[in-house]
Amino acid sequence: MRHLLAIGDLERADIERIMERAEGFAEVGRRDIKKVPTLRGRTIVNLFYESSTRTSSSFELAAKRLSADVVSVKAVGSSVDKGESLKDTIATLGAYGPEAIVIRSPHAGAADLVARWSDAAVINAGDGKHEHPSQALLDVYTLRRRLGSLAGKRIWIVGDVLHSRVARSNVLAFRMMGANVTVCGPPTLIPRGIERALGCAVSYELDGLEEADVVYALRMQRERMRESFVPSIREYAAKYQIDSRRLGPRQLLMHPGPVNRGVELSGEVIDGPNSLITEQVESGLVVRMAILYELLTGGRPRAGERAGDSDAATDPTPIKEPA
Amino acid sequence: MSSARRISSLDWRGRDGAGGDLVIRRALVVDPRAGIEGHHDVVIAGGEIAELAPPGSADGRGEVLEAEGREIFPAFFDPHVHLRVPGDEDEEDIETGTRAAAAGGYCGVLAMANTNPPVDTAADVLALRERAADEGSVPAGFLATVSRGLEGAELTGMAELREAGAMGFSDDGLPISNARLMRRALQYQHLVGANIALHEEDHDLSRPAGAHAPHLGGVMHEGLVSAALGLAGVPSVAESTMIARDAALAAYEDARIHVQHLSARESVDAITAAKDVGVRVTCEATPHHLVLMDEEVRSLDSRFKMNPPLRSEDDRQALIEALRSGVIDCVATDHAPHVPEEKEVPFEEAAMGVTGLETAFAVLHSELVLPGLLDLGVLVERMSAGAAAFDLELPSLAPGSEANVVLFDPDAEWEAGADGWESKSANSCFTGRRLRGRVLATVVAGQVVYRQRSFAMGVA
Repeated sequence: MRHLLAIGDLERADIERIMERAEGFAEVGRRDIKKVPTLRGRTIVNLFYESSTRTSSSFELAAKRLSADVVSVKAVGSSVDKGESLKDTIATLGAYGPEAIVIRSPHAGAADLVARWSDAAVINAGDGKHEHPSQALLDVYTLRRRLGSLAGKRIWIVGDVLHSRVARSNVLAFRMMGANVTVCGPPTLIPRGIERALGCAVSYELDGLEEADVVYALRMQRERMRESFVPSIREYAAKYQIDSRRLGPRQLLMHPGPVNRGVELSGEVIDGPNSLITEQVESGLVVRMAILYELLTGGRPRAGERAGDSDAATDPTPIKEPA
Repeated sequence: MSSARRISSLDWRGRDGAGGDLVIRRALVVDPRAGIEGHHDVVIAGGEIAELAPPGSADGRGEVLEAEGREIFPAFFDPHVHLRVPGDEDEEDIETGTRAAAAGGYCGVLAMANTNPPVDTAADVLALRERAADEGSVPAGFLATVSRGLEGAELTGMAELREAGAMGFSDDGLPISNARLMRRALQYQHLVGANIALHEEDHDLSRPAGAHAPHLGGVMHEGLVSAALGLAGVPSVAESTMIARDAALAAYEDARIHVQHLSARESVDAITAAKDVGVRVTCEATPHHLVLMDEEVRSLDSRFKMNPPLRSEDDRQALIEALRSGVIDCVATDHAPHVPEEKEVPFEEAAMGVTGLETAFAVLHSELVLPGLLDLGVLVERMSAGAAAFDLELPSLAPGSEANVVLFDPDAEWEAGADGWESKSANSCFTGRRLRGRVLATVVAGQVVYRQRSFAMGVA
């Protein structure tokens, strides 16, 4: 893999490899010293054109755990904010010689453009409403840890599918891993033709939710009311909120965060025993370490490196703390 | 309605020049409107077609072009181009835009009025005409806006604009959302005469986030590809419902309209229904809508971003069939030059529009005629039929007609854009495509206004 731009670009074998690598890093995370020297001396740029807490901090920490040098650029207050074009920004950041650029943009295809304009490996950390592939990979990882395999599992993705890059990436990733996916939400928020476009089932009501092994709720943004996609948050919650009444005892609950408590999810299910929401965040770190590792080492130690120094999965030697 | 005037009476450098003399020998001459299809020597004298002589028989005065194996058609006419003057001369100007037209085989173009500032006063029209008279390689006419400042609220001084030489009226780039204003313009047409060209788009449907966020408008066709990409879609009905509205208004006011750049099957249906009951409506389709589909947008390449958007294969087939049957009257390019900075950005941020004059016929010849989807004669007819909608004489090869002629090599193979462009801009959606068939020369009123570089001239 050269870049991670979209789930649609991946083969199942790519996902399996990243999952296995992430398992190895999870083992490192249980040690006292959680850092490995794998990417020492490499520079990674995080370029975020949208506000983000968990994705940006997760990528930053993942890079640091791998001993890379990290530069984080936020759009607000930077030259980006002063009207500099994406192309010019990439040229400027290119002066640091980054090996990887992690980009989040409000625009679909931004990561593809960066990949065209830069020599770095590019990771799409969310491009508009298009894709958010690292989220899908961490969700697959989280479910595999809980379920072993996704094959034959029924997953319902509930909420504002129209405006959700998570929904698009996750439908593709879950299906690639053998799951059956249903998207559910108000007809105004389900893209026309998505059944054929992505190969999922569509439901406009929660009737039938009981068949799901996993319920994946999406964030419902309040501005959708002004755009007359839904008449009111109250009506939305009445029809689509996942609460303890609707969530069965054996059904797993996921959400990409941040959650609107009392809108798409009721408080008791967020904190309930079925909720994987915290695990998703934990998975995010090791999966993003695995993604960086995959792209920057080609999944193998670099020539000239001692095997034990770099291959974290087989020998994740912790760094010695300086005296 | 005034009687048709000659295309060469529009403003261009050659307008007051002596009509040229020229003989083009042994080519296949195709002009279905005049019922001509056969090998002839085309003799041009004093700017008019003097005679179609038996092949190899004519000498004539002036230059002689040997054209065996080549084809001669009435030159093309484009009722829909953007010359970007005034205001965006970094993208195109009258000189480069009309040079691009000549290179594409066009003997005339009509420029849209959504410039910066828009063309909405008589002084604007007169200034443009003066520049065209100085710089135009081919005759150029100018439309004025329907609404003052393109604001969609008040009518421009249409009668005065017409007297200043406006060839028609259009708010192209924007729809006339207000039905009352649309109706007034149609009523006023009984005084003014000129046609009204319409960009049909219901913004309430094409801007899914609503009026409070117009920048979140649809950027591609609403369909399977937009669902997969998460891009905001423009549904086909955003176009067809407006066509239906305006056809009904035109019928009610006994006025005529010209619908621009049809993109959807639903729009073809709306035009068919209007024509069936005798509404005076003409319409156009672009080469890109006739050849490309929304699948191209999967690349997220901004060269495939235009308004209206590329639609589905089913829509494309409907357009081809309508062009064949005559429901779609003519081909127009909607030639829309943009500077690279407006296109080298993420798809959603990119400007809409593509250039088209230099590739139009070669693309349609390669993609529709050669595969057998459209007869050569039908395409030749549709390439110039737009002139009639704006009260201009249709180019013809019948003796006595103004000599507006294109010489075409049907076997030439070339790569679009490989030799650069005459246009100032390079935002063609066909760059890099292998094309078969190339315009070798364009003649306006007997004057050779374009010769393809590799085309060796045989002067007797």
